Amino acid sequence: MASLTIDNLHKSYGATKVLKGINIEIEDGGFLVLVGPSGCGKSTLLNTIAGLEEITEGDIRIGGTSVAGLHPSKRDIAMVFQSYALYPNMTVAQNISFGMEIRKIDKPTREAAIKRVADVLQIEELLKRKPSQLSGGQRQRVAMGRALVRDPQVFLFDEPLSNLDAKLRVDMRTEIKRLHQRMGTTIVYVTHDQIEALTLATKIAVLKAGELQQFGTPDEIYNDPINMFVAEFMGSPSMNLLDCDVTNEDGLMLRLAGGQYPDVVLPAPDCDGLARYVGQTVKLGVRPEALTDPEGANRSTDRIVEAMCYIDVVEPAGSDTFAVAKIGAFEAIARLRADAQITPGELTPLAFNMSKAVFFDPATQQRIR
Amino acid sequence: MSHSENAAPSNKLVRALIYTVLIFFVIYYLLPLYVMLVNSVKTLEDIRTGNLMALPKLLTFQPWRDAWSNAQIGVEATGLKPYFANSLMIVVPAVALSTITGALNGYVLTKYRFPGADIVFGMLLLSCFIPFQIVLIPAARILGLIGWSGTIQGLILIHFVYGIGFSTLFFRNYYAAFPTELIRAAQIDGASFFQIFRRILLPSSGPIIVVTVIWQFTNQWNDFLFGASFSGYTSTPITVALNNLVNSSTGVKEYNVHFAGAVLAALPTLIVYIVSGRYFVRGLMAGAVKG
Ligand SMILES: Nc1ncnc2c1ncn2[C@@H]1O[C@H](COP(=O)(O)OP(=O)(O)O)[C@@H](O)[C@H]1O
Ligand SMILES: [Mg+2]
Repeated sequence: MASLTIDNLHKSYGATKVLKGINIEIEDGGFLVLVGPSGCGKSTLLNTIAGLEEITEGDIRIGGTSVAGLHPSKRDIAMVFQSYALYPNMTVAQNISFGMEIRKIDKPTREAAIKRVADVLQIEELLKRKPSQLSGGQRQRVAMGRALVRDPQVFLFDEPLSNLDAKLRVDMRTEIKRLHQRMGTTIVYVTHDQIEALTLATKIAVLKAGELQQFGTPDEIYNDPINMFVAEFMGSPSMNLLDCDVTNEDGLMLRLAGGQYPDVVLPAPDCDGLARYVGQTVKLGVRPEALTDPEGANRSTDRIVEAMCYIDVVEPAGSDTFAVAKIGAFEAIARLRADAQITPGELTPLAFNMSKAVFFDPATQQRIR
Repeated sequence: MSHSENAAPSNKLVRALIYTVLIFFVIYYLLPLYVMLVNSVKTLEDIRTGNLMALPKLLTFQPWRDAWSNAQIGVEATGLKPYFANSLMIVVPAVALSTITGALNGYVLTKYRFPGADIVFGMLLLSCFIPFQIVLIPAARILGLIGWSGTIQGLILIHFVYGIGFSTLFFRNYYAAFPTELIRAAQIDGASFFQIFRRILLPSSGPIIVVTVIWQFTNQWNDFLFGASFSGYTSTPITVALNNLVNSSTGVKEYNVHFAGAVLAALPTLIVYIVSGRYFVRGLMAGAVKG
């Protein structure tokens, strides 16, 4: 187990800059999730940690020691690949023990290690099979077994669940979390799935086009996003971002133009930065769960404001009901109780939880604090 | 429903047509083989008086024995036997060398890419299209310089070098579709360049090895030009010997022996195709579909 430090990391392929000065530090035993849209450089970052790609500038330290220039096998890491990358010509047991075989570890030790790992992952009955005879979920387990058996300082996972079907993905997610809790090894985990990121991570790094947008705990990333990209990327359904005019009429007020319906007028929450935007338009960010039916609203805060909104579509989803409210040119998704009485095509009161509201400068896309 | 009813008869018609065409071509290609086989087991008398297509009146294997060990080739009556051995001694190492080199080239060109890899590959590809005749004189000069003129190893070298272009092409395209993540996994497991090649890549290369071996073997075994140009008295390959047998100007033309000799000379390539033809097609398909 060891901490991992990524220090001003740059990576270019010729003239294309893929990573532009990444700074991340994860403590010993932490679970770091790299998240971001496809092509933002997540795999590249992971591969530089593994030593599979050279770095152009900066440094990577595992347990305080620089690993720059070290061969992948010498970095004391293990990696699980998106395609699982099981050696097709070897049995499951051979796959798991290949690394030990290369390191010339004797057979009894190897077999004991295979047995231990097979036990943890419950794959004893698969040991003699070839990868082609396994299901997707079983391959995933074997790939994890091959990583586990190395007992490394840091585990690297590159979208390990993205090839599984939805149900299995949820099961394996829990399993990975359980493994982490049990072993406490530092993990770096790449995904483009923000739910995976929020459920697994102790720290999340949000990347976009090779730049680190925000680095923080899942709670910070979710509730305190630094810019509009992070706000929209994390959370499902994603955060509602609505234009509103800041006015000063007996205290700061926010006015959301309603178009053919009445304007929505909300008192501004405590946010010093907003004062500078009087007379201007800002982006109001409210998550769907902060926009709900008045009865279902969280009464523990006194920042609940009710406003009449035109309901366009209602989508029951079992545990919740989602409603699409039309506010001027914008569509806002509200998350209501499953049994909330709501009819599409009517003006209905919705409760805005303003203690959860955040604001962004529409020009810079940065948070207004 | 009605669609499939309509489709069925026209489908049958198309099939009948396809099979007719196919059978025609099968006959077209098998006829020469039939003529060769039939006439190689006839007596000379039979051939002279009868018809080329007719079955033998009297079955005899003497022409085969003669072609193999008695026939007059050049100045000595050795039969094709020593030349067959020459061909084997030339072709087997040359095929092995060019296949292994092609595999290594393909491995480096796809998985250990270096600046200019595509240019190197392009130049190797170009070698596939250079007509043999162009290289004859430079090749003769090089063989002379290293003192391998007219030797078995000289011919091995020529065939080996000439084979690299095609074998590299085959392996490069096959390995391009081979998942790079497997190589990376093996690197993390600590495997070296050659360990990855031997333990990960080669075991998955069966189909393309078969394709390359068949291709190289057929071309090199059937080669006449290099054999005629660079072989000496002790290194003449079977194709050249067969030519000498058929063209010898002394005595009567023993057509039955010539036919038997020709079949003997063609036998190894035939066997290679029959034994591994299935894999050949499968290998070509695998590359095509995945690539
Ligand atoms: N070998 C390479 N040469 C040039 N560009 C590359 C190479 N590998 C990746 N890239 C580019 O780097 C960017 C990041 O890729 P990647 O790290 O795989 O993204 P992600 O894993 O986040 O989807 C992409 O735009 C990709 O096109
Ligand atoms: Mg990726």
